[in-house]
Amino acid sequence: MSINLSALDRPNSYIGRTVPRPNAPRLAEGRGTYVDDITLPRMVHVAFYRSPHAHARIGRIDAEAALAVPGVLRVFTGRDIAAVCSPWVAVLAHLKGLKSAPQHAIAVDRATWAGEPVAAVVAESRAAAEDGLAVLEVEFEPLPVVAEMETALDPETPLIHPELGDNLAFRRVHEAGDPDGAMASAAAVVEATFHTGRHTGVCLEPRSILAAYNRAENQLTVHHSTQAPHMIQTVLAKHLDMPEGNVRVICGDVGGSYGIKVHVYPDEMATAAIAKIMGRPVKFVADRIESFSSDIHARDHRIKGRLGVDAEGRIVALEIDDLTGIGPYSVYPRTSAIEGNQVVNLCGGPYDFANYRARTTVVLQNKTPTCQYRAVGHPIACAVTEGLVDLAAEAIGMDPVEFRRRNLVRDDAYPYTSAANMRFEGLSHHQSLAKLVEMMDYDALRAEQARLREAGIYRGIGIASFIELTNPSPFMYGIGGARISAQDGCTVRLDPDGSVVALSGVTEQGQGTEAMLAQVVAEGVGVPVERVRIITGDTQVTPYGGGTWASRGAGIGGEAALQAGLALRANILEVAGAMLQAAPETLDVIDGEVVEKATGRARMPLGELGRIVYFRGDTLPKGLPREMVATRHYITSDYPFAFTNGIQASLVEVDVETGMVRLLKHWCVEDCGRVINPLLVDEQIRGGIVQGLGGALYEHCVYSEDGQLLTANMADYLVPMAAEMPDMVVAHVETPTKESLLGAKGAGEAGTAGAPAAVMNAINDALRPFRARVTAMPFTPERILAALGRIPERRF
Amino acid sequence: MAEAEFSTLVEVSLRVNGERVSRRVEARRHLIDFLRLDLGLTGSHAGCEHGVCGACTVRVDGEIVRGCLTLAAQLDGADVWTIEGLSDTGEVRDLQQAFVARNALQCGYCTPGMLATCADLLERSPAPSRAEIREHISGNYCRCTGYEAIIDAVETVAAARRAATGQVAIGQATIGETAE
Ligand code: FES
Ligand code: FES
Repeated sequence: MSINLSALDRPNSYIGRTVPRPNAPRLAEGRGTYVDDITLPRMVHVAFYRSPHAHARIGRIDAEAALAVPGVLRVFTGRDIAAVCSPWVAVLAHLKGLKSAPQHAIAVDRATWAGEPVAAVVAESRAAAEDGLAVLEVEFEPLPVVAEMETALDPETPLIHPELGDNLAFRRVHEAGDPDGAMASAAAVVEATFHTGRHTGVCLEPRSILAAYNRAENQLTVHHSTQAPHMIQTVLAKHLDMPEGNVRVICGDVGGSYGIKVHVYPDEMATAAIAKIMGRPVKFVADRIESFSSDIHARDHRIKGRLGVDAEGRIVALEIDDLTGIGPYSVYPRTSAIEGNQVVNLCGGPYDFANYRARTTVVLQNKTPTCQYRAVGHPIACAVTEGLVDLAAEAIGMDPVEFRRRNLVRDDAYPYTSAANMRFEGLSHHQSLAKLVEMMDYDALRAEQARLREAGIYRGIGIASFIELTNPSPFMYGIGGARISAQDGCTVRLDPDGSVVALSGVTEQGQGTEAMLAQVVAEGVGVPVERVRIITGDTQVTPYGGGTWASRGAGIGGEAALQAGLALRANILEVAGAMLQAAPETLDVIDGEVVEKATGRARMPLGELGRIVYFRGDTLPKGLPREMVATRHYITSDYPFAFTNGIQASLVEVDVETGMVRLLKHWCVEDCGRVINPLLVDEQIRGGIVQGLGGALYEHCVYSEDGQLLTANMADYLVPMAAEMPDMVVAHVETPTKESLLGAKGAGEAGTAGAPAAVMNAINDALRPFRARVTAMPFTPERILAALGRIPERRF
Repeated sequence: MAEAEFSTLVEVSLRVNGERVSRRVEARRHLIDFLRLDLGLTGSHAGCEHGVCGACTVRVDGEIVRGCLTLAAQLDGADVWTIEGLSDTGEVRDLQQAFVARNALQCGYCTPGMLATCADLLERSPAPSRAEIREHISGNYCRCTGYEAIIDAVETVAAARRAATGQVAIGQATIGETAE
């Protein structure tokens, strides 16, 4: 039931048009309001004493010296906080067998990772609170550390939570067809082991929360840098034992999130608990070091993969064995089993084959907890699949593009159900591949590569097809029992001057959500986009919704906004019909005016209609509905997820003397359905690609054997900076989802999903003359030199 | 005790965004905290507090510095400009407009520091290559954009500024001939 709304079909449509973001000029002038910019009367600051041990029993906490520091007001232990804040266990019913232990806001008795909060110091300033931390005395009795995921399940490995019986948090095995038979009959079977490294998000604005409690009203107001205000409201109410209606979460400007800010963090819960205990505003802003040890990590996977192909180069079977370490607790409330589960769901996703066996094993360890981070599981599944695909192409002597052409699910095969049981409504792998090959001039690049090789210059071309899960339904979290809304809503209001205000449950963290909403609402109501004001991020004001994650803002929030806008337009036309003595269906609203539909002749500006409705309602017929407000909600129901697809290519040059990789160029063709704002979508793709490139080449949370994070600052944990990054060519194929009028699917994670695989394949393509290969991210010069046999192999 | 605390306070008088400012600051107070906490200039941000991310970049005596590595107590007599002042004077307006038009900012957290760094580049080098722009901003971390849009925006502004100066010269040469 998707309609043709694109700019091509309707010259004046806002859908498909690059419109500047209404909130960008404010941010460019430094007039944003991030949590740390807010100061409230009587506000105090909290700093956390974090465990220096990866695993230890907590002994005596002596606060005397800390309390003597000027400016220090209170010291809280885990037990103090536990009295007002109940612990949580992060499991979901549909992830069968997932187990975790009760986790407290501040550790009680035992610290289970280096960085876990053990005590809190509250002071008049952050500096004074840190002075207090410096003299706080905490006794620890170190316990044996489980750092290595490969041995986490060995009988001699100590148990992190003895009451769970073992260190296994979750295991899932999926089997389709006859993988053993198919492998046995394959013309060639390739296999490899991949490591995706442990990464973290490094949001430039650290996690921040300012919680204010008003005892007189039993009201908690929380300014929070978050992606999911309503989810946080629900969680705070539950664990602080308050009615949900007495908790208000306000989310102003957010300095980047990428999934990092969609989880419940112990230190943030403790901050809210302290606000409730002290009855005054308490601010917590993580510093960079504590961000590294307490923001969620992700992607710590080891995957063994096997792929069988027949003599014509058709994939006949895929086998995956995934192992991931998630830290000592599953993270609340989304759980830490989703990433491994996604690896099972997504491996082989772009390809047409029937025989599949996949296993994920999710183990506990004494490291920072891991959870969902931009593109959850996709970069892992994509790297494994595309790495194996390139190996298979090489094994049978076929060009990697031709190999993909033979195996990608046909563009006319939809609806299609994958070997992993994922249902695809409509994808465009072949169109995307054709566009990519043309855009990058693949044949010319291959010719140039061959020429340069003669001259001792080693370039490589890497291709990666991918699918991306967007627009999640309750099948993602809701059916597992989590109170995380898959539905979202929008309220649209016409004010007397003819301007429009729209309140939405999805949120803005820089993606351009508010610009997208303004465009859609302007289109729905029929007003110039400058006349639309968007309000997001306030649980007391906006319709209840899920927020922004899993690339759902445009597809779900956008559709709700479109439907609300159309409903308001219908309400306007009903009133206009009465005023103009015309049938409402003969009128329309275009560019802020009521017009005659047939001729386009202007009949009345909306400001005039507003004036009469609001101030001279006496002149309208009695009983005429005059609702200048409309609310609509939207939820996907035909498919559990709206999958998108795309393909990326990377061109690199490897210096075989130094092991350095130079990124020369990157291409991406992506199909997110209806593109609402081309510039914003392209920049989501580019930013996502660079985030993926960071993981592939630089970023790594390196741990010592005793569970100490060795890369806990931005000098040791390398992030992509401008000088090393390539220019990126981005193009689109549009296959709108038929589930919604708007037809939009998500675009926020596609770049990150495919980039690491493309770079890995490009590096290995460059190294091919040396029969060298790398499969462990990040692909550092050291690892490349080791693969080339120029330096000895080292365990990382 | 009280005396020891007191002795750590240092008197500074400086100009911030063209206005005179006098404060007593703790000797350990960094410029970024002085701006944000003491003066309420929250446009400058702290991202790492160890000199790596560039979010705290501001201009001091004509040079860009890291606000997290500079002590406020060292700034007696200094001339400090932050994003608030640079916006009010209109000095970086063309850059800001280009950033908005090209979507060279997403969350905006890096943007004030990034703009100060880009303005500094264009001051020194009116026709930077893309590689030079990348090099000059390579101390400013941006997690959102992937940098390309920022490079594009700076390139556009450099070209526009060159064209504008060129036009002035041509306009002066031809004045009179085209007067109506
Ligand atoms: S906060 Fe100063 S460089 Fe990062
Ligand atoms: S725009 Fe978000 S960090 Fe640069």
